[in-house]
Amino acid sequence: MQRYSGFGLVKHALSHHENWQRQWRNPTPKKEYDVIIVGGGGHGLATAYYLAKEHGITNVAVIEKGWLGGGNTARNTTIVRSNYLWDESAALYEHAMKLWEGLSQDINYNVMFSQRGVLNLGHTLQDMRDIQRRVNANRLNGIDGEVLDARGVQELVPIMDCSKRARYPVMGASWQPRAGVARHDAVAWGYARGADGHGVDLLQQTEVTGFKIVDGRVVGVHTNRGDIGAKTVGCVTAGNSSVLANMAGFNLPLESHPLQALVSEPLKPILDTVVMSNHVHGYISQSDKGDLVIGAGIDGYNGYGQRGSYPTVEHTLQAIVEMFPIFSRVRMNRQWGGIVDTCPDACPILSKTPVKGLYFNCGWGTGGFKATPGSGHAFAWSLAKGQMHPLAAPFSIDRFHSGALIDEHGAAGVAH
Amino acid sequence: MKHDKQPNRLLEGGRIDRDRPLTFSFNGQSYTGFAGDTLASALLANGVDIVNRSFKYSRPRGIVAAGAEEPNAVVQLGSSEAAQVPNVRATQQALYDGLSARSTNGWPNVQRDLMGTIGKLSGGFMPPGFYYKTFMAPASMWMTYEKYIRKSAGLGRSPTESDPDIYDHLHQHCDVLVIGAGPAGLAAALSAARGGARVILCDEQETMGGSLLDSREMLDGQPAAQWADSALDELASLDNVTLLPRTTANGYHDHNFVTLHERRTEHLADVAPLANGRRQVRSRLHRVRAGQVVLATGAHERPLVYAGNDVPGNLLAGAVSTYIRRYGVAPGNKLVLSTSNDHAYRAALDWSEAGREVVAIVDARANPDGELVTQAQALGIRVITGSAVVEAKGANRVTGARVAKIDIDGFKVVGKAEELTCDTIASSGGYSPVIHLASHTGARPTWRDDILGFVPGKVTGMTATGGANGVYALAEVIADGSQVGAQAASASGHQTAPIDLPSVAAIREGAAVALYQVPHEKTTLRAPKQFVDLQNDVTAAGIEVATREGFESIEHVKRYTAMGFGTDQGKLGNINGMAIAARCLKRSIPEVGTTVFRPNYTPVTFGAIVGRHCRELFDPERYTSLHEWHIKHGAEFEDVGQWKRPWYFPQTVNGKPETMHEAVARECRAVREKVGILDATTLGKIDIQGKDAREFLGRVYTNKWEKLAVGRVRYGLMCKDDGMLMDDGTTSCLGENHFLMTTTTGGAAGVMEWLELWHQTEWPELEVYFTSVTDHWATMTVTGPEARNLLAEITDIDLDRDTFKFMDWREGKVAGVPARVFRISFTGELAYEINVQANYAMPVWEALFEHGDKYGLTPYGTETMHVLRAEKGMIIVGQDTDGSVTPEDLGMHWAIGYDKPFSWIGKRALTRPDTRRENRKQLVGLRPKDPKVVLQEGAQIVFDPDQAIPMAMMGHVTSSYYSPILDSGFALAVVKGGHKRMGDTVYLPMADGQTHAAEIVGPIFYDPKGARQNV
Repeated sequence: MQRYSGFGLVKHALSHHENWQRQWRNPTPKKEYDVIIVGGGGHGLATAYYLAKEHGITNVAVIEKGWLGGGNTARNTTIVRSNYLWDESAALYEHAMKLWEGLSQDINYNVMFSQRGVLNLGHTLQDMRDIQRRVNANRLNGIDGEVLDARGVQELVPIMDCSKRARYPVMGASWQPRAGVARHDAVAWGYARGADGHGVDLLQQTEVTGFKIVDGRVVGVHTNRGDIGAKTVGCVTAGNSSVLANMAGFNLPLESHPLQALVSEPLKPILDTVVMSNHVHGYISQSDKGDLVIGAGIDGYNGYGQRGSYPTVEHTLQAIVEMFPIFSRVRMNRQWGGIVDTCPDACPILSKTPVKGLYFNCGWGTGGFKATPGSGHAFAWSLAKGQMHPLAAPFSIDRFHSGALIDEHGAAGVAH
Repeated sequence: MKHDKQPNRLLEGGRIDRDRPLTFSFNGQSYTGFAGDTLASALLANGVDIVNRSFKYSRPRGIVAAGAEEPNAVVQLGSSEAAQVPNVRATQQALYDGLSARSTNGWPNVQRDLMGTIGKLSGGFMPPGFYYKTFMAPASMWMTYEKYIRKSAGLGRSPTESDPDIYDHLHQHCDVLVIGAGPAGLAAALSAARGGARVILCDEQETMGGSLLDSREMLDGQPAAQWADSALDELASLDNVTLLPRTTANGYHDHNFVTLHERRTEHLADVAPLANGRRQVRSRLHRVRAGQVVLATGAHERPLVYAGNDVPGNLLAGAVSTYIRRYGVAPGNKLVLSTSNDHAYRAALDWSEAGREVVAIVDARANPDGELVTQAQALGIRVITGSAVVEAKGANRVTGARVAKIDIDGFKVVGKAEELTCDTIASSGGYSPVIHLASHTGARPTWRDDILGFVPGKVTGMTATGGANGVYALAEVIADGSQVGAQAASASGHQTAPIDLPSVAAIREGAAVALYQVPHEKTTLRAPKQFVDLQNDVTAAGIEVATREGFESIEHVKRYTAMGFGTDQGKLGNINGMAIAARCLKRSIPEVGTTVFRPNYTPVTFGAIVGRHCRELFDPERYTSLHEWHIKHGAEFEDVGQWKRPWYFPQTVNGKPETMHEAVARECRAVREKVGILDATTLGKIDIQGKDAREFLGRVYTNKWEKLAVGRVRYGLMCKDDGMLMDDGTTSCLGENHFLMTTTTGGAAGVMEWLELWHQTEWPELEVYFTSVTDHWATMTVTGPEARNLLAEITDIDLDRDTFKFMDWREGKVAGVPARVFRISFTGELAYEINVQANYAMPVWEALFEHGDKYGLTPYGTETMHVLRAEKGMIIVGQDTDGSVTPEDLGMHWAIGYDKPFSWIGKRALTRPDTRRENRKQLVGLRPKDPKVVLQEGAQIVFDPDQAIPMAMMGHVTSSYYSPILDSGFALAVVKGGHKRMGDTVYLPMADGQTHAAEIVGPIFYDPKGARQNV
């Protein structure tokens, strides 16, 4: 694998960029792999990468029906944070955060992880109680964060309306300085290149149409390019997870919803942190390219259309302009949608299934991007060892039978 | 042939008003244009070549196009801070007097840009995605690198002051929405309207007419623009037609829902002018639901991709014609036209007729033979065949064109290049139908080899016509439009009434050749930069590098190179980029496919999308009918849901306003010792009727309802299906089949939806009806030892303690007003909740105060309410619970009817292993070891304060106050296994380094036997 560096760029410039290698191959599927990952998004590619790198399992195929990183990895608003309320989620997201912090160097691909900090605003007394509770829990879990009052928020974000004139005046916020944003596409490509470099086959334009199951155990998958064998199969297919579970003969407690996002035209730097508000209901950051990247909640109905309804866009921008009246004359360039798989308790599923050898990693809902490295890391461990990683264990599908839910609705709301 | 101060202005021609000169400024310099100009045409008229600097390489850039596809002329508008508008396309901005615009990039200015030098030197080190390959070492430096990357990116800037303008939303319905008022759209609108359909015709330009406004063609022997004028006159005269000029269809959503952005004042000034002393609406968003959509959006010309094609002076052929014919501007003196088709010859003919020199027409075809070719040759114009401009020369303006014979199939230059001296190069590589809107719906476009372009995919209820559907010859466009309009009318139940087609002198055009990237003597990677996406500085070489690196999906190419990510969304470059990717991957264009176009077609002001739903109308404020009284009496307010509730009533004591702490202490004492009054109107109230109402209550509440008698009240708990508490409140039996349910203030709407959800989807067989009556009744809670004495003075209800018992309700009059009085208590004191029709609340409230003075009647707010109920261990859902708490966790086993005959919501979940677990977090009281300490709400609880981080957290404080009655801090908390840990000490490690200690006690701190509410 070619190593990337500033020096390398200069060298390649002198040869007119004629000698860049492919970042990944376009291989022909083998008959059999040790492990198949279904879904070539960030989580799936990260899983393959860590399987190869950490566990030496390189006879791996990632099967992707479209193009790598083309699902929610390509569609999210790129926020990374780990200030979750409950121990189980905090541990998993903080695991991811620690991997984020060295990711560019680890995979030799600049994912532009920008630790510019995330503010979660509070607008009511109850918001502030919840913020205190969450930040206290974060602190005792070893996760950075502090509670700011309205003045502290205003100092960090001078352009925000923190006055009493607002409909729901800002009362304060939680502030996680280590949180931030990353370049979403680069995460998929960097993991893809890393996995490929270890010998993993990335099979694009290859769609799984069914599972081969013998005596309750998975032995491979059917695809539009023929059958491919493997005794361990991990499904990481986000909004299409319930469809795949159905193929394997069981149900998942998931609902697939449209989740929309939008960007403004590129602007000169104006907003240096990530601002999220569950109460006014919108979140915003500015990309390195200058776009204001904006999102809010899911559309209420179920759908696989990768498009949402216009009222959601209107509500989102109302919230943004309420928080930032100066953005009223800025213009919206583009909107789009992804399909998010939401769980009843707003937490993911990393789990064995009723089919032996078949594992699912799904249910990340609106907040999966930030977990990408941690999810892939813990899922790879689980596939390699045949048992769930301790950080993944609480997110078993069994919790919907036992009742051991990890309800992040209260603290995280719909907007992650 | 030059105008005084506008060197490129032709002495005649154009649809400008030469009697109305307008002054404007660009980059601080003053210029003159005419009414009818766009900012772009005025800049060209004044000979302004460089309008911007490019995003990545900081190269000088000029105007390329005349419409929405313009990638370069993106400017900052606004004469004051609040009026700033970033990223306005000069080609779409009408000129007005006093317009002030600046380039968005360039330092110290666009003419002499320092970054340009750096770009020139370092451009070679910036292949696509270079930033993924560097800035990684040392890791700690990324935030610094990023700062500079951010600074150099971005286009315009956001205003830093609030928007002075207002925006409207309109909801429209029509039979036929025609998008685009060019020849196809006008014909479609006319025939649909004549058939009787309700028609909306919108067009993004200042003037309707589209290509007819600069067409050389004659219709019925008249200039085409005259036909457009008469068509518009007829449309304007029809009642069933709405004409929306300056209105862009930006988003095409499911079920023919289309959003139109109408700019009403942006052609007049940067801030909407006043009309009759009132600020006009700057723009309107029309939310249109159309029976049929006719897409008549025309086509965009594709430029050819050749070396140096970004130097100012390189324009689209069609744009050259538009500037000459519509604006009377010739953007140069010596033209070379490079084309793959006949259509573009018009540019050379127009140029020649404007009296300027056409140096040569360079045609990629070996034997062009259409009528326009003949016309050009007849004018003596040199036509060079089988060739193309392979490289534009010049730095800040085109100085020449290198022309060479090319082998298109072999993708190479054959023979030696000839350099022609010129200052303008117009190019045309054919036309791309404007399919963006159709793509918004998810319809995949179809490639057609005969027109070398994509046409819209199939969308139910939509028809594309004219250029948007790959029909280009004017006669056919009008005929197609007329037919499509008639069909749309018919499809929406109206008559078919196609128009009489005007006679058009047909022009025979030869076939075009497929040419996108022009070969160069050097390989693409070694040739001077050949730009594909001008706004994002994406080159043909960049696309080639991307494909070499394995980015084979067109979506990957787009994302890796940033092609099409600009504010023009690739209108100019995308097809060329796809063609180049296809060439590199040795595939066909349809195999490579398109990326998905998304709304908006062109950018839309946030404010227009927000409409009036901002500031005070962002979310309605709800007030109780007693709100004025609260304001008059100095209340501080708390937002609870949409309601404004009095939080506390600070008084002035010794000339100083009380702090919240002082006010709350006073209010608490008043209630415990005398009598207080709370406006409890905001509690949700749901009137439930029907013969199955009682049964229904039994299914949605955890406790039993079959025996609740008329006149009695019961407290109920409502769980979600996961067994977790979602709301609580009292429900009163008003009649055998009639109940009044109360909910929490914040939960009211959610509970109402919850009841309807279960009724409509699970138990439709139950006869039960729900009506929200929250606003109909005002609720006043009179509570404290003197409550009965006070109320007795103004009611006819018998308040005898044995006949009107705790948890009874009675009907009667209070202060002469019909009332329902409920004897329930959220303070632990004797309490009456008086409900009267909301409109009558104020006199009742005032009467209570009139009589209450002698009892020390004191108004109190939510903060005091919280303290009083917490002293009694009464929960607030959402504060002491969080969606993970069961009724049993709260110690409310008594409110669960496990033996009810019909299952109820949450019952099954409450028997799951995890909900039966011993060490669940359970509600307890906490008594701080130091009574002066008021624990922080949200403080986390540990058993061992000396453990290392991460600490094992055992619960948290949910409610915590200072109790004036107990003269100490106290708290409610949830603690793992708390019900069996009475007397244990727990610790609360705080952010400031202190660790507080507290004892676990029962949750009831005051009057544990409940004697005081039963007096």
